[in-house]
Amino acid sequence: MLRFFLYRLALVIPTFIGVSIVAFAFIRLLPGDPILLLAGERGITPERYEQLQAVYGFDRPVIVQYLDYVAGILQGDLGTSLVTKRPVLQEFFTLFPATLELALCAIILAVVIGIPAGVFAAVKRGSWFDQSIMGVALTGYSMPIFWWGLLLIIFFSGFLGWTPVSGRISLLFFFEPVTGFMLIDSLLSGQAGAFKSAVSHLILPTIVLATIPLAVIARQTRSAMLEVLGEDYVRTAKSKGLAPKRIIGLHALRNALIPVVTTIGLQVGVLMTGAILTETIFSWPGIGKWMIDSVGKRDYAVVQGGLLLIASVIMIVNLAVDVLYGFINPRIRR
Amino acid sequence: MALLEIENLTVSFKTSSGPFKAVDGVSLTCDRGEILSIVGESGSGKSVAMLALMGLLPWTATVTADAMRFDGRDMLQLGAKDRRKIIGKDIAMIFQEPMSSLNPCFTVGFQIGESLRIHLGMGRAERRERAIELLNLVGIPAPEKRLNQFPHQLSGGMSQRVMIAMALACDPKLLIADEPTTALDVTIQAQILDLLVGLQESHGMGLILITHDMGVVAETAERVQVQYAGQKVEQQNVRALFSDPHHPYTQALLSALPERATRHGRLPSIPGVVPGQGDRPAGCLFSPRCQYATERCTREAVRQDEEFGFALCNYPLKDGQPTGYPETAEAAP
Ligand SMILES: Nc1ncnc2c1ncn2[C@@H]1O[C@H](COP(=O)(O)OP(=O)(O)O)[C@@H](O)[C@H]1O
Ligand SMILES: [Mg+2]
Repeated sequence: MLRFFLYRLALVIPTFIGVSIVAFAFIRLLPGDPILLLAGERGITPERYEQLQAVYGFDRPVIVQYLDYVAGILQGDLGTSLVTKRPVLQEFFTLFPATLELALCAIILAVVIGIPAGVFAAVKRGSWFDQSIMGVALTGYSMPIFWWGLLLIIFFSGFLGWTPVSGRISLLFFFEPVTGFMLIDSLLSGQAGAFKSAVSHLILPTIVLATIPLAVIARQTRSAMLEVLGEDYVRTAKSKGLAPKRIIGLHALRNALIPVVTTIGLQVGVLMTGAILTETIFSWPGIGKWMIDSVGKRDYAVVQGGLLLIASVIMIVNLAVDVLYGFINPRIRR
Repeated sequence: MALLEIENLTVSFKTSSGPFKAVDGVSLTCDRGEILSIVGESGSGKSVAMLALMGLLPWTATVTADAMRFDGRDMLQLGAKDRRKIIGKDIAMIFQEPMSSLNPCFTVGFQIGESLRIHLGMGRAERRERAIELLNLVGIPAPEKRLNQFPHQLSGGMSQRVMIAMALACDPKLLIADEPTTALDVTIQAQILDLLVGLQESHGMGLILITHDMGVVAETAERVQVQYAGQKVEQQNVRALFSDPHHPYTQALLSALPERATRHGRLPSIPGVVPGQGDRPAGCLFSPRCQYATERCTREAVRQDEEFGFALCNYPLKDGQPTGYPETAEAAP
């Protein structure tokens, strides 16, 4: 188990190096110049331009810039935003809870609905229930997130007027963040109606972000269950006179979960990319929106640092899933 | 009244190419303290017949029988819930593939304890004690250690011992062992058979031993029932069956035994395979592979009486010779 863990840990290092290069190169390959964009419509004199290039170090060879950047990372310094002049790391930690809250709600929704749906579909294989669940899942899987988000906004916010269109909470409420999770902070604030407002802001983005993982988890659970239900040990469980509920919910599901957990882990990456779109649609002040805004402004430090941090989050989660996998699969645990 | 009485059991599967009779009019009885062996090549419907009794067949199966009584209860009338109170408790079953029959995600102790909790309502400590006792009974050394192990840490023989321990958990009245040694090494096979027979004697259980190996029958059973392509073709006591088989299929199975083959020099095998769906002949199902088959055999097969071991044969064998065989037999087409 420990060896397994260390092996996975060792894989993190090359991944990290790769991501740092890609992130660094990506933003520089985009046309557009951060200093010109910063100057905006007013324009800038060539002297001032060169002066600023020197200040930010953009006049040095790219390889030197990269090494300088890596040296900073190794000291825990991801640089400073060109736009806000605040450290990238600090901005990240201010905005990350918003994304985390959204992503957690989405993955919980996807798991809580996706697994039972997959199990029932497998147990009632071929029934109208199975067919409609799988039809819906296929639709969800191929749903363009942007379009789907707008559709929900038009219907629930525009037509029915049930949910707000953007933000995390109504502007009527204001309190200092304690945990960074709006659901918890709104409760802690003790302000009447704050929690309800936070929930109503969270609902649509959660649904949008959960759609693809939900579809994937439901399909994976169904196929894993179908395979497991044909196994000899399920027949053994039946021959013991166990109730069907116990056979399906314990003996079969416990085995089917092994591949499903891996799938859930892989969905974290999907969730992060999904968050970028979802946050943009709903003006959700998280790191997804932060990334999009920074790309627009060619804020080199924020984009390369932010991508690296997002990649770290994905790697940490995958590592956690690997460990969890080792725990739920006795054949790996020693 | 015998412990288990099955009369005229028929199981037919819905398949894409129409219904398929996997078991066709099989009757059997097994009493307390008795070993009944069911022999036949694979595909003869041995497993399906027993799974029908246990209620473990998929929904594509239709089970009919004139009677299916266990311990005085009519298993045909039993609802799923009531049946679950009997199977795993009074009737237990072990299977051909011990390694895949244990759930890889749960410990040996958990899997044995489960029946104890469900059927006998035992508490944790009691279950543990009983599980250790059971593991001792099936000859597993250091049972305390084994309780916390997972199936992948066990060998095939060990797994089958655990399966037996699990089956014996609630002191069943009837144990069905479906080819319990087929997947095991030859050296382990004998150990497991000895264990099963020993336990059957000490517990006074009925034991239905399914096998395709006449050698296993010779060493264990009292009564033998030979099954072919879903039909019972002969039934005798083991000694009589070995000395005077009445059905040509039984004779063929016996002459395939290694110790008998030495007389002939080389190991004979029965040509052909058990007919499955689609290639079942009319008349006697064994006729295409039978050396005595005549034109009549392609039309019908009659059931003989007890004198000929209830053989399903037009010319049952007596001392190796077919009786009532036509003088000038036309060979079957
Ligand atoms: N679920 C099923 N659906 C259709 N046919 C089946 C099914 N299970 C078994 N059979 C068929 O029934 C016949 C008897 O099978 P089985 O009882 O397993 O044979 P045995 O145990 O004697 O080797 C075989 O021809 C097999 O293909
Ligand atoms: Mg079988």
